[in-house]
Amino acid sequence: MSDAETVERTMPESDVPTTSDAIDSPLLEVDGLRKQFGGVTAVDGASFKVAKGSFTGLIGPNGAGKSTTFNCITGIHEPTAGTVTFDGHDVTGLAPYTLAKRGLVRTFQIARELSEMTVLENVMLAPPGQLGESALRSVVPGLRERVQRDETEVVEAAWETLEFFEIDHLAHENAGNLSGGQRKLLEMARVLMTEPEMVLLDEPLAGVNPTLEEKLLDRIDELRQDGLTFLLVEHDMDVIMNHCEHIIVMHQGQVLAEGDADTIQSDERVLEAYLGGDV
Amino acid sequence: MSGFEDVRDRLEALPDAALVVSFLVGIWLLLTLLAFAVGGAQSANLAAGFVGSVTVLVGAYAILTLALNLQWGYTGLFNIGIAGFMAVGAYTTAILTAPVDPGAGGVPGFGLPLLVGLLGGMVMAAIVGAIAALPALRLRADYLAIVTVALSEIIRLFVNWGGVAEVEVFGKRFGTGGATGISFKSPDEVVATLVNGPGQPLVAAAESVGISGPNVVNMAYGLSLLAIAAGSYWVLSRVSDSPFGRVLKAIREDETVTQSLGKDTRLFKIKAFMIGCALMGLAGALFRGGAGYISPAQFRPVITFYVFAALIIGGSGSNTGSILGAATFSALLFYLPARLGEYFPTFGRSAPGNVFEAIAALGSLDPTPLVAYTVGNISTLRFVLIGAVLVYIIQNQPDGLLGHRNEPAASVDLRRPRSADGGETDE
Amino acid sequence: MGIAETVSDGRQLAIERPGAGAVAAVVLYLVADLATKLLGTTVYALGFRVMGGALTVGSLASMVLDGLLVGLAVGLAGIGLSMTYSILDFANFAHGDTVTVGAFLGWVAAYVTANLAVSAPLTDLFLFNGGAQLSASASWVLVLFGLVVAAVGTVAVVLVVDRIVYRPMRDSGNIALLIASIGVALALRYLVAFVFSTQTSGVATSGTRLQLFAGVAITDNEIALLVVAVVLMLGVHLLLQRTKLGKAMRAMADNEDLARVTGIPTERVVRLTWVLGGALAGTSGYLLVLESGTISFNFGWILLLLIFAAVIVGGIGSIYGAMAGGVLIGLVDSLALIWLPSGLTRAAAFAVLIVVLLLRPSGIFGGVSTA
Repeated sequence: MSDAETVERTMPESDVPTTSDAIDSPLLEVDGLRKQFGGVTAVDGASFKVAKGSFTGLIGPNGAGKSTTFNCITGIHEPTAGTVTFDGHDVTGLAPYTLAKRGLVRTFQIARELSEMTVLENVMLAPPGQLGESALRSVVPGLRERVQRDETEVVEAAWETLEFFEIDHLAHENAGNLSGGQRKLLEMARVLMTEPEMVLLDEPLAGVNPTLEEKLLDRIDELRQDGLTFLLVEHDMDVIMNHCEHIIVMHQGQVLAEGDADTIQSDERVLEAYLGGDV
Repeated sequence: MSGFEDVRDRLEALPDAALVVSFLVGIWLLLTLLAFAVGGAQSANLAAGFVGSVTVLVGAYAILTLALNLQWGYTGLFNIGIAGFMAVGAYTTAILTAPVDPGAGGVPGFGLPLLVGLLGGMVMAAIVGAIAALPALRLRADYLAIVTVALSEIIRLFVNWGGVAEVEVFGKRFGTGGATGISFKSPDEVVATLVNGPGQPLVAAAESVGISGPNVVNMAYGLSLLAIAAGSYWVLSRVSDSPFGRVLKAIREDETVTQSLGKDTRLFKIKAFMIGCALMGLAGALFRGGAGYISPAQFRPVITFYVFAALIIGGSGSNTGSILGAATFSALLFYLPARLGEYFPTFGRSAPGNVFEAIAALGSLDPTPLVAYTVGNISTLRFVLIGAVLVYIIQNQPDGLLGHRNEPAASVDLRRPRSADGGETDE
Repeated sequence: MGIAETVSDGRQLAIERPGAGAVAAVVLYLVADLATKLLGTTVYALGFRVMGGALTVGSLASMVLDGLLVGLAVGLAGIGLSMTYSILDFANFAHGDTVTVGAFLGWVAAYVTANLAVSAPLTDLFLFNGGAQLSASASWVLVLFGLVVAAVGTVAVVLVVDRIVYRPMRDSGNIALLIASIGVALALRYLVAFVFSTQTSGVATSGTRLQLFAGVAITDNEIALLVVAVVLMLGVHLLLQRTKLGKAMRAMADNEDLARVTGIPTERVVRLTWVLGGALAGTSGYLLVLESGTISFNFGWILLLLIFAAVIVGGIGSIYGAMAGGVLIGLVDSLALIWLPSGLTRAAAFAVLIVVLLLRPSGIFGGVSTA
């Protein structure tokens, strides 16, 4: 069965009024993405688009292939087939650091803080193109002064970001000592310091208490005002339905349905996938 | 354990420079005391000999440990091929500086000045490091360890091979000297020329209190190595207290995350590896080749593990800790026990030839042969001690002396800038 | 498979995996070269000798025999290293010194017992002085006795070491364990040196030589090594295939978490790993001394990298792989002499180790066999 057929079968255009084909200027476009591990196909021809400046949700039952899709988009895994286009350029299979430099970054499902580094160090790592990332410049007298000037600005920006996420009181704490929710905030803070255009969030709210959750979602809304694009994997349906203007549903490695909250909630196949399709 | 923590807390209360200096002075005093306790009329000279030798060891191990700290402590690269990179540096230096016309039995070289030779040695060690690093750095830490130790043995076997003892390339004759080794421009002698030339008044003063000329030179050589170690510390501190160092630390913590944040981690790893290897090469030439002669037997893998012991004692991840670890290892675990064994009173009896005789004497309730044998073989037993210390530290104090310290990698003050401080000022 | 197909497969290999392609090309060249050498011809191209030379079948056979003997012993030692590597998840740098300890224990027992009747003082006999050297044919009972002591004694030593050093560290990372094993290696090696001094002693000598065919002879001690090693390997095979504990160990080697979930008594399996690995390491050291005739405090340490090579070539965690890897590395170490000067043959074995780790870290038999 070819990829094209698969997509057509699972996503007939007439059934879905607001497919992502309607998106004129997608920032991210995934086309026929496939990933196999040995004999197991984790993603099986997924295609979707994410509009610039949107808050798009990616949902699906366990094992639907959401995390693998994320990993393929962000260069952690090389896709078996298919293409990923970001900002008009083919970025399929590029290394994570190249993608990050182009403005496509991600957070991890289980927060991966750099535990033996302080919160401030974690955040200060992220800004791109720091002069002092050259060993030579950091050592040679004269050049180091420029590194320091550059870094003074980084310190300032880092503190601002920590204040934005209200974890500035933990700045000198080792990241490993943070609570689960605080780690999620730190990871978000860190990823924003890379000056991204688009952020892929892999379950950023799992394990976060409701107050913190509200705070995080507020932050995301604020950042969207500044033109950032978010793609969110999340299990909490309320969050997805209330905050995302576009929702993509994955099932068994393929895109099952997409549209706004109302469309998705009234789609029978989605219900079926969640109720019976699992296992 | 509380004793260990007590020592640690006291160490921490001091600024780093004072800490290191007082540590070193303490070691010198200890050895001087020992010398005066056993030396009789020769005490001053003996003390000078002790101090000189221990300073050479501390300086050399400090350079090596700092280099390893950059690779392992900072970046998490588990390099146990230190001996091999030392050999590359030492042999390159030797070949570059060996006389063009060495006379009978000698191995010819390029006859270049020592400084050029040392620089060449560092560059070559860095290049070999890069070649090794390119394919190997993506390996798991323990695989990298095995690859590097195998490489170091290949390097040693290669320079040991008779086929490269002396070769002719484009009319130039040079080589490694094979198993017999190679003589070259002695770094020790370069220092000696300085000491006996401009430093003549110093030598005269030393001789007036009974310290021999060679011992003055030896002390001067040790101090030169310490100075190089201090220079390395200065460079490496700047390397690590910077955004570059921050990326290295991040690689150690989680390479995938670091990549996801836009850092080309491979490049950083190769750079860190090369800088470390260059320093190892320098130490190889100055430490193993101090007297102007090297042979393959000086570069067995065991020296790699000594450097590891030093770093683990000091605390991997801390540059100051590296120097303290190097001093603790080389002076207190390596050098001091051997001297103690040499001068320990053996109750007027010579040690038995083997341990079984000593144990047999226990049957007649005479423990002195066993004591005498133990003391006589203390230079063997110190390695058992080193092994035990390594296990103890890994089990109970995996951070060593200073590895637990929070040393943020940044080139500037990390306190909250005033402008961001809750609007106290209107800037 | 036709030649054309093979060639096109080869071309594809060279394009898709340049490293593996290069290795395949080198191996092909060496085989062709060996064949021409055996034929006694030389192939020239553009005035240079490309391959060939002279090599008698007899000298090839004796090299193969040498490699096989060392390889079997190395493979035997490798079983323990491979099992600790996969079940306890760390590279045990003390394994070589475990081999040394076993050899010393076994040979002290055999040598002292054999020479009790000699007038030399007992304390000298403990240091292998003043007595007669042993051979497998003349005093096989004593040699066998020493073998058993080597096995049992080494087991005792590794269990004590595990109790003191590794057991408190079960939850530590593999690098912490590796470093601890470096400490153990130093302590063991220099304890042996403390007791037996750093000299090299002769303890065994061959009793008879058996001429196999022209240019190839085998001694009684070598036959003993061959027979004991093969018997032990068969024993390990039966243990793994037929007993419940053996199956549990294979499961643990494959996946420790899985084994925990399915309720295999982990600590018991860990202990058995040490028992089996230690016994085989001890016997392997003992047999190597029987073959070479001499014993010294650091011979196991020097051997360690070769054992690592065997384990990694065979695939970490694979017991059969360790045996096969041992033989392969033994053969490389010995057959490299055909192409390399004698000083560099060991380097060739290490080079194989590096190449395998870089190109195929799961070992050349990796993925084929479990256990």
